[in-house]
Amino acid sequence: MTSILLVAERDEQGEINQSTLQAIAAANGLLDAVVTVAISGEAPASASALAVEKIVTLAVVSIADEGIYDQATAEISALVESTSPEVVIFSKSDFGSIVGARLAFRSDSAFAADCIEISNDGGDGVSVTRPVYGGSALAEFEIASKPAIVTLRAGSYEAGNETGSPSIEAFDSGASVEQAASVTGTVAEARDGVRLEDANFVVSGGRGLGGPEPFSVLTDLANALGGAVGASRAACDAGWIDHSHQVGLTGKSVSPDVYIAVGISGASQHMAGCSSSRAIVAINKDADSNIFKEARFGIVGDWEKVLPSFLATVRELKA
Amino acid sequence: MGIGITELTVRIVVLAKQVPDPETPPSQFKIDESTNTVIPPNGVPPVVNGFDLTAVEAALLLRDSGADVEITVMSVGSDFVMDAMKKPLAMGADRLVLVDDSGLDNIDSAVTVRVLAAAIEKDGPYDLILGGRQASDWDQAHVTLGLSEVLGLPLVSLVQKLELNGDSVSLQRVIPDGYQTITAPLPSVLTITNELGEPRYPNLRGIMQASRKKPEIFSLADLGISSDDLVPKLELKKLYIPESNKQVELIEGEDEADSGKKLALRLREEKLI
Ligand SMILES: Cc1cc2nc3c(=O)[nH]c(=O)nc-3n(C[C@H](O)[C@H](O)[C@H](O)COP(=O)(O)OP(=O)(O)OC[C@H]3O[C@@H](n4cnc5c(N)ncnc54)[C@H](O)[C@@H]3O)c2cc1C
Ligand SMILES: Nc1ncnc2c1ncn2[C@@H]1O[C@H](COP(=O)(O)O)[C@@H](O)[C@H]1O
Repeated sequence: MTSILLVAERDEQGEINQSTLQAIAAANGLLDAVVTVAISGEAPASASALAVEKIVTLAVVSIADEGIYDQATAEISALVESTSPEVVIFSKSDFGSIVGARLAFRSDSAFAADCIEISNDGGDGVSVTRPVYGGSALAEFEIASKPAIVTLRAGSYEAGNETGSPSIEAFDSGASVEQAASVTGTVAEARDGVRLEDANFVVSGGRGLGGPEPFSVLTDLANALGGAVGASRAACDAGWIDHSHQVGLTGKSVSPDVYIAVGISGASQHMAGCSSSRAIVAINKDADSNIFKEARFGIVGDWEKVLPSFLATVRELKA
Repeated sequence: MGIGITELTVRIVVLAKQVPDPETPPSQFKIDESTNTVIPPNGVPPVVNGFDLTAVEAALLLRDSGADVEITVMSVGSDFVMDAMKKPLAMGADRLVLVDDSGLDNIDSAVTVRVLAAAIEKDGPYDLILGGRQASDWDQAHVTLGLSEVLGLPLVSLVQKLELNGDSVSLQRVIPDGYQTITAPLPSVLTITNELGEPRYPNLRGIMQASRKKPEIFSLADLGISSDDLVPKLELKKLYIPESNKQVELIEGEDEADSGKKLALRLREEKLI
């Protein structure tokens, strides 16, 4: 038997989010898995059909206690202490990355971040695989100590369609933390159209665009496809587009049907955020650039000459 | 305490790791699978992790804004290459402290955090600890977070802007679609992200000054740690380059405009658009 505690997160509608459903699939793949899902606040109605053993609700008013997560860390630490799971799984989200790491170092437990695979074969401990060196290599680790605390990269597992009838109980950690650092405000970037992470089409631009103006052509293309605009870090760092559009290892993870990379060389750190796309389409003037090793369709050429006719034809096809 | 340090000086420790140059072309990135290590590419020297140079920049911006700061760069590892490690000094940092010990080859984050914590405590008083967002070798992005737990200090990650106000710092923390404004007390642990801006290039004067400075070196023994105490929690079993069997289908038209048109038609054919 493998006892697993899985810390759930919600989407904007308050439902269990996709990454959590994927993590449940990963957890259920472990040997004789017995999965408990922890969630902050009242569980959404859909949770009662999750393919897990138990749901534990935490008192934390919002699991997003504002990017600092002192209260969430304290509550989840208390839950781990009282239930002694062998494995604790988080999503590799802002929340999971921080609380997972803090929990691990607070309890002197092993921590593996950004895993794409987790398994156990009945021996002692679990194995995890995580991309390293920006995704140029994969590393397989064995974790013998318990609990093993991991974060899972979105898209590494497919959400299953099994259902279950978990029991639901509340956990009162008794923790009430006075937060030393305090959040005084939030400034949100305006977004129009679909969320980058949810888009079925993503049109991304890189350093090869040469400046901020060409992003308006990418926006036209994204609009024609009903998609969103992404960017490489080089384009964001240059100030051509806001960092909230960055795709990659330290940006957003996207998995659209079609990912169109324009003037992007395809560095491993960029591909880390888009390699689970159904089809990658590359437009790059350098036939040797790495993006052509990752793409399904490509044009070796200057985006300035390729894009207008591509956009016009897309518009005709969509009309 | 260094020369010229007063009670008002804000002592900043910047954590910096020596890593293989992440701009190494993929064709030169090779692994020795018998030892599970990366083979250093010929003629590509290691560098200070990019985000850590951004953290140095963050500390220097505090100085530029008029604050009296002392900047100590601290690193844990072995086989340090001084040309790389002195770059923060050339940018304007005051001191370089290295925990240099052959027992620190290939360590995991649990060990790194433990050694960093011991070195920071040993080195003396501090007001702020800045780390990079993540190290470009193992991409763990949690050494600084772990350090905040071990030292029992407040943590703010993904900081893109900071300002000193007496005994606190005002921060901007990047979130997926914008940023939060946060006030944290001193001392705190902060991780710095590239949204802060590019690290400055060292000027000639900085390079000259750095060449005259000697790093202060601790061994594990100096920190009262025996290498036997450093038990990793993660055991590396296998390190390999994933195989890619993707075959790109290149679309070629009469000219580039024609290729663009054919691409759209091909995607429609595949029912992708
Ligand atoms: C720890 C770490 C984390 C990172 N995280 C990320 C991340 O999250 N996301 C990310 O994107 N990067 C990330 N990077 C940076 C990454 O390594 C690359 O430096 C970056 O992705 C390069 O961006 P680029 O492809 O736009 O630029 P370049 O590599 O400069 O490529 C530009 C491309 O444009 C092509 N081009 C030029 N002109 C034209 C033209 N007229 N028409 C068509 N093509 C043209 C060129 O042939 C070239 O291939 C990270 C790096 C590190 C070390
Ligand atoms: N060996 C080390 N020496 C000094 N600082 C380190 C070391 N390892 C990690 N760090 C710091 O911790 C940050 C995050 O590293 P990591 O968690 O390994 O991705 C880095 O950007 C550095 O600031």
